[in-house]
Amino acid sequence: MTETATPKPLLEIKDLAITFSTPDGPVHAVRDANFTVMPGETVAIVGESGSGKSTSALAAIGLLAGNGSVSGGQILFDGEDISHASEKRFVELRGNHIGMVPQDPMSNLNPVWKIGFQVKETLKANGLAGDNPKQRVSQILADAGLPNPEARANQYPHEFSGGMRQRALIAIGLACRPRLLIADEPTSALDVTVQQQILDHLDTMTSELGTAVLLITHDLGLAAERAEKVVVMYKGRVVEYGPALDILRNPQHPYTKRLISSAPSLSAQRGDKHEAIVDEIVPGKAEPLLKISNLTKVFDIRKGFGRKEKFTAVDNASFEIPKGTTTAVVGESGSGKSTIAQMVLNLLDKTSGEITFDGEQIGNLNEKKLFKYRRRVQPIFQDPYGSLDPMYSIYRTIEEPLRIHGIGNSASRQKKVAELLDQVSMPASTMHRFPNELSGGQRQRIAIARALALQPEMIVCDEAVSALDVLVQAQVLELLDELQREMGLTYLFITHDLAVVRQIADNVCVMERGKIVEQGTADQIFAAPKSQYTRNLLGAIPGASLI
Amino acid sequence: MPENQNFNPEDGLQMSKVRAGKVSKYKIDHYVAPLEETPLQAVDSVKETGKPLSMWAEAWRSLRKQPLFIISAIMILAVIVVAAFPQLFTSIDPNGQNACQLEYSNEPGRPGHIMGFNLQGCDVYARVIYGTRASLLVGVFTTLIVVILGGALGALAGFYGGWIDAILARLGDIFFALPLILGAIIVMQLPAFRENRSVWTVIVTLAIFGWPQLARITRGAVIEARDADYVKASRALGLSKFKSLVKHVLPNSLAPIIVVATVNLGVYIVAEATLSFLGVGLPGEVMSWGNDISLAQQQLRSNPMMLMWPALFLSVTVLSFIMLGDAVRDALDPKARKGA
Amino acid sequence: MLSFMLKRIAQLIPVFIGATLLVYFLVFATPGNPIEALSGGKPMSDATRAALEAQYNLDKPFWVQYGLYLKNLLTFDLGTSFSGQEVSAMLGRAFPVTARLAILALLIEGIFGIIFGVIAGMRKGKWFDSTILIASLIVIAVPTFVLGFVLQFVVGVKLDLVKPTVSGSATWGELFLPALVLGLVSLAYVVRLTRTSVIENKSADFVRTATAKGLSRRRVITVHILRNSLIPVVTFLGADLGGLMGGAIVTEGIFNVPGVGHLLYQAIQKGETPTVVAVVGVLVIVFVVANLVVDMLYALLDPRIRYA
Repeated sequence: MTETATPKPLLEIKDLAITFSTPDGPVHAVRDANFTVMPGETVAIVGESGSGKSTSALAAIGLLAGNGSVSGGQILFDGEDISHASEKRFVELRGNHIGMVPQDPMSNLNPVWKIGFQVKETLKANGLAGDNPKQRVSQILADAGLPNPEARANQYPHEFSGGMRQRALIAIGLACRPRLLIADEPTSALDVTVQQQILDHLDTMTSELGTAVLLITHDLGLAAERAEKVVVMYKGRVVEYGPALDILRNPQHPYTKRLISSAPSLSAQRGDKHEAIVDEIVPGKAEPLLKISNLTKVFDIRKGFGRKEKFTAVDNASFEIPKGTTTAVVGESGSGKSTIAQMVLNLLDKTSGEITFDGEQIGNLNEKKLFKYRRRVQPIFQDPYGSLDPMYSIYRTIEEPLRIHGIGNSASRQKKVAELLDQVSMPASTMHRFPNELSGGQRQRIAIARALALQPEMIVCDEAVSALDVLVQAQVLELLDELQREMGLTYLFITHDLAVVRQIADNVCVMERGKIVEQGTADQIFAAPKSQYTRNLLGAIPGASLI
Repeated sequence: MPENQNFNPEDGLQMSKVRAGKVSKYKIDHYVAPLEETPLQAVDSVKETGKPLSMWAEAWRSLRKQPLFIISAIMILAVIVVAAFPQLFTSIDPNGQNACQLEYSNEPGRPGHIMGFNLQGCDVYARVIYGTRASLLVGVFTTLIVVILGGALGALAGFYGGWIDAILARLGDIFFALPLILGAIIVMQLPAFRENRSVWTVIVTLAIFGWPQLARITRGAVIEARDADYVKASRALGLSKFKSLVKHVLPNSLAPIIVVATVNLGVYIVAEATLSFLGVGLPGEVMSWGNDISLAQQQLRSNPMMLMWPALFLSVTVLSFIMLGDAVRDALDPKARKGA
Repeated sequence: MLSFMLKRIAQLIPVFIGATLLVYFLVFATPGNPIEALSGGKPMSDATRAALEAQYNLDKPFWVQYGLYLKNLLTFDLGTSFSGQEVSAMLGRAFPVTARLAILALLIEGIFGIIFGVIAGMRKGKWFDSTILIASLIVIAVPTFVLGFVLQFVVGVKLDLVKPTVSGSATWGELFLPALVLGLVSLAYVVRLTRTSVIENKSADFVRTATAKGLSRRRVITVHILRNSLIPVVTFLGADLGGLMGGAIVTEGIFNVPGVGHLLYQAIQKGETPTVVAVVGVLVIVFVVANLVVDMLYALLDPRIRYA
């Protein structure tokens, strides 16, 4: 390939402004955005939710939501301004000139049509079906890394796993060999190892086809690793762009700096400030607060006509959590990590094995003892939108545990709620508000305040920060860390994200299909992983190798 | 060529290559926006202005602005007042001694008797006004029984699952195999009911065949709320299973129940009229819209307006309830609210 | 698919038994003399009484009585009416008429309901949508029998476009107006259901992806929005077939259609409980079968159900 002196950009965004009309007046989602994508180049747009990154990309393929429109500037595709192109022109462009790989593999395939049909109609619509469309479809699915493509083409989306669906969507996006592919968070719904496979494959395919990629992601590490150029967006504006590695190693804008310092995949190991408390606990001397031995959970899965199948979600797991420390249980979806959390919280009965808390076995506690145990162990769940009762005000939410356990009178409880809000850095005025008025991170703080109300000794965090934007995630992790130091809390931290583990955990258990495959201190696990699975997980953390 | 050309995902992950990042063959500028353009804001700052709004308050606020809601609410209020105090709206007591005079039979409207007279020479307007109470009673009490019975059974089935759920599901299926009107006809034929026909027998009959629908809806709503993290959290706080049902699950399942109950109130009024029309509903001496329509149909061709008046009142009342249900549905719809 | 079918059939058997048991229990086992109930409170001769007792096996224990009733129902041995006619023969004449009426009503509500619903859904918030929404509310609010009388009076009597009542042969043409009345309320529900479903699917992720593939708008609408939106609608229509058979009691009474509903209406008016019980029993069978058909349709349309 020879380079011309002044190469023409494939996509050029010039002073782009996008406005959504809402009942509360116009919302300027994107303002004065400028960036270019060269032919064959991968450009990543990075930003948190609401930064305008997806909106900018969707405008380039004419897929803005009904109430949104380009209110200024230009979108030049191959020199042609398509910012106000007709629907007809977009139908011509889509598929064979500009392709798309959407975000959520579960909802982006039509559930009532076979995979093969959905690929074939893409080819037909762009006049590329050829003489033997069936064979072509198989070829395309095979190219996307789906084994046994003839049989796969005959299946429905619900018969595919998430990773396979995303492969099918990549197959569809690239079926007509577009010159530009818009990949909107193509792997954020998938496990890290699957994410890595799929991105590797996407890399291979696009470099073979010479397709330019506009990659939209919230993960700066991933962007730096996969793209030649990174565009950072914040509040609808482009705050910085440049060569990927340069942005990562030499960020200029304070927002980019903040992003890099918060990104779990890029940040350094747990800070020294925390080491102090760990050092106080001499290994072997401290009594473990929670001890799990040979814990097993078997589920019965109904197969119709009374047939049952056994599924072992947790298989003979054993580990201990010393008082005042954080143990992370890491694994991908289906590894059984959340099942352990539920059994520790006594929300699910164990099949066999022992859970001992502070020397007392739980699982066969009587009602009175269980009630006391509840006071000592509290949960924080994943979904910030589901973990607070929408009908309860923040005051009632935080006061509920005090009321259940009959602590104090209404005046003292009011004072306590204000204190708790202060502890999680929320203003006291929040107590009259309702969950629907708060952001995800704020709700998670409220959940923490509720968990702290009973002054528990241990908190079980079940993917407590997974649904949050990186900056907010870092903030909540910092809060958890602070609270641990102040109150000597013990954390059982369930997560799929090894990068987060590095920020918070003292000890780590790695789970794979119900079994603990490796455990040790965080330093050991990160510095010298013993099992192949842990090595795979570590290798899959995007961007880790770049700093 | 990249080394993973023959990549097979089923093999699991191969040792990952070292990903060193990519360097473009094009020159890329490093652009930094001036800081003034997008000043950094505190991460996740808390909004402290504005009045706090619970979900109900928010729904109420959006409801208040809906013309559909305002119209239906006013009409329903009017109907309730008419049912409670019919004497305020007409000086003629249709139950009185000389309420009906045969000499006026089928005469058209005139001042003081705007809707004219029926076959027996009774004032149609007065009958329509006094007939409101029976219809509204049937609607309100059937709905109450159905909500309490169906709601309780549906909530238990949805929350506890297992055999309670299985039995209730089959029981519901059985009742569904018998549509409301058909089932009601059979029950109203029973000697115990036939000989004691009153507003209450109609209410009981409609409730017998109305509860499974509400049980099904409550069950669905409860199942949806049951698995929410806030229910799990409340259990972990030490709340008993039953209390978490009462304090968290039920309040969060109310929205669809309210909507369906409101719409059904109208549907039950229609059902009562249909039963009365078929001659198995309210006894003839009870003044009701259904009975009046039934009487009027016998002389539809000679005096069609006599059918129109009670039918109009009936339809407008039912329409009000259905419209109210629709408006409440829009206001409580979680999908519509999510963006806010 | 076969195992799915067998499973559904297995589930419907207890429903059928339960529903017939319910009907039977209500009529024969509630307080009061069942013979009294059967006669509709009219005085009768000892011979009639004895015949009725024998027919319904009232001298035998309840479960035997019920078993024999079920057997009679399934073998279509439905006894005789007071006037001495075979109930099964009467049903045999009436059933095809009602079936024709119900199918016609189903066609009307299906065709118009889906068309209006799709247009309203695609143009959400525009005037057509608002008009359709209000109209559907009004149709649901006005009782069927009022609608029936009004249409009969206006179209049949005043405008004299069609015969206000149906002749004994009940031809398709004559049945159009009654079918319209019968299907109108369901039509309103179909419109609303289709509309909601279209609106939901219109903003589905897979529709956006289909557009991004370069499909024409027309293809996106027909293949992706419509196909998916019709699943709940077709299910509703199937379930409604049973409901229409029941709703026919009012419509057939108004238009004097010699169908099952009319038969039932007359039997109620005359207090002929044996006929009522027999006819309702047959209708329960129709509902149960209709439910089965719906389940099959659902599984056919939605692959996720089939393999569940």
